Amino acid sequence: MNYPREFAQSLPNLAATESSACAYLPPLRVAGLTVDYGEVTALQDIHLTLQPGRLSGIFGPNGAGKSTLVKAMLGLVSATGSVVWGDRPLTGQLDRVAYVPQRNQVDWLYPATVWDVVMMGRVRKTGLFRRFSATSRRVARAALDRVGIDHLRDRPIGELSGGQQQRVFLARALAQEADLFCFDEPFVGVDQKTQAVIFEVFQELTQAGKLVLVVNHDLGESITHFDDLILLNTELVASGPRPWVLTQENLYRAYGGQVSFFRGAA
Amino acid sequence: MFQALIEPLQYGFMQRSLVVAVLVGLVCAIVGSYLLVQRMALLGDAISHSVMPGLAIAFILNLNIFVGAFVAGILSTLLIAWIRVRSPLKEDAAMGIVFSSFFALGITLITRIQKQNKIDLNHFLFGNILSVTPRDVIDTAIIVAIVLVVVVLLYKELLFYTFDPLGAQAAGLPVNLLNFGLMVLIALATVASMKVVGVILVLALLIIPGATAYLLVRRLYQVMALGSAIAIMASISGMYLSYFYDLPSGPAIVLVTAAGFTLALLFSPRYGIWVKSQNTALPALLQEIKQLLR
Repeated sequence: MNYPREFAQSLPNLAATESSACAYLPPLRVAGLTVDYGEVTALQDIHLTLQPGRLSGIFGPNGAGKSTLVKAMLGLVSATGSVVWGDRPLTGQLDRVAYVPQRNQVDWLYPATVWDVVMMGRVRKTGLFRRFSATSRRVARAALDRVGIDHLRDRPIGELSGGQQQRVFLARALAQEADLFCFDEPFVGVDQKTQAVIFEVFQELTQAGKLVLVVNHDLGESITHFDDLILLNTELVASGPRPWVLTQENLYRAYGGQVSFFRGAA
Repeated sequence: MFQALIEPLQYGFMQRSLVVAVLVGLVCAIVGSYLLVQRMALLGDAISHSVMPGLAIAFILNLNIFVGAFVAGILSTLLIAWIRVRSPLKEDAAMGIVFSSFFALGITLITRIQKQNKIDLNHFLFGNILSVTPRDVIDTAIIVAIVLVVVVLLYKELLFYTFDPLGAQAAGLPVNLLNFGLMVLIALATVASMKVVGVILVLALLIIPGATAYLLVRRLYQVMALGSAIAIMASISGMYLSYFYDLPSGPAIVLVTAAGFTLALLFSPRYGIWVKSQNTALPALLQEIKQLLR
């Protein structure tokens, strides 16, 4: 995140995670990212840094460009600017990325079982023209087990509840064994139990030093799970550690007018 | 009975047309499953209508008509994609514009050349399976082999792409190539089907068998397998119906698939109207009709 050096040093836990996790994965740097949809500018000159080992949340009002930011970073929509991870562009390292789109972005009446969808997480690693290996099947089983839906393995995805569908996507992301995880609105329409499971998994991933980026819009209590926030409204309003970003002024600039958020969060 | 089923097979044209009808049913059901799950049925219609000018030009230049049709089909999908990207129009409008224009061009060209080339526009529009030559049988078999090999080799990638295109792209799969590959498969299936059902009814062979299977099974490869089985049975029985009752063969095949779909709609274990309400089937049907009219 972009924050003053002295501020970073004033947060001992942050300094600790940075020094331990950075040894393994580099931070992800976004510079001057701009997305134009014809006449409309969806994102304007975004600069930010994602740190490994920290749960980063993208927040902002409807139409702020939250999903677009993730898609632009991954090259799913055309954008100008640079997104560099380590010393190379992120789009050249997509085999290390797990992206989970919004749940309503896919057709859940597609003729596939839970197993079929989770195994999609192994397609890239398996490679063209090849069959899934025993390792891939084991990884997928472990992922299903982790999110608690191993018993639904042979269920058609159309018969699942919203929470179960989101867990399928979470399992698919885990099966990808990625280093950067991007989730678009994973908490929409899921039950409390699933929300808890998702945050548990996020925590495990960040503790393992991964980069985890989540598009969210809920300023309620769940915001306390996030280490870093990216506050967006077409332009970047603020980004950095949660207490530093969640000021009345920043929220006003992002949302305009009245906005209420969980008071314990700042 | 058995004698009656054997009887038509003594004719060479009947043997050839049965083989081609079975091959075409198979390939259309498999390729059509991808259209079905992507909710792009109209694209099948667009490509099948768009092959017409390719046919005509191939005739004029004395080239293989399969190649001409294939090139026109691919050209139309590229044009549709280009209009969609370069203008604010949505895909359905782009398809409507391209396929009707190509179709019109095709009809114009064929009408102009049909006298001196002794061809009949109606044969392209509605098929003429009894004119299948041994050469056609070989061409069709080659097309079917190509499609089957591609679908088997790219099954897992195409499954991922057709279910979640963004997820597949974000995982680094070559989605543009996969999409183009699908277009090629659809064009190939359409071209193979021309003699059996003609360009106007190809859509039925692409969509109906897969849609029927979709009501009965729950995984993509099962939809493909059952869809193929349904299509093959429909092709054979359609051909026999056409032989014994002197019906046009393409429409006969399509009507058999439609009858199969109707049965699945009524009796599918999961979605069947009849099954859902057991003893109260007739009232249930009336209920459905009432709902439609509301």
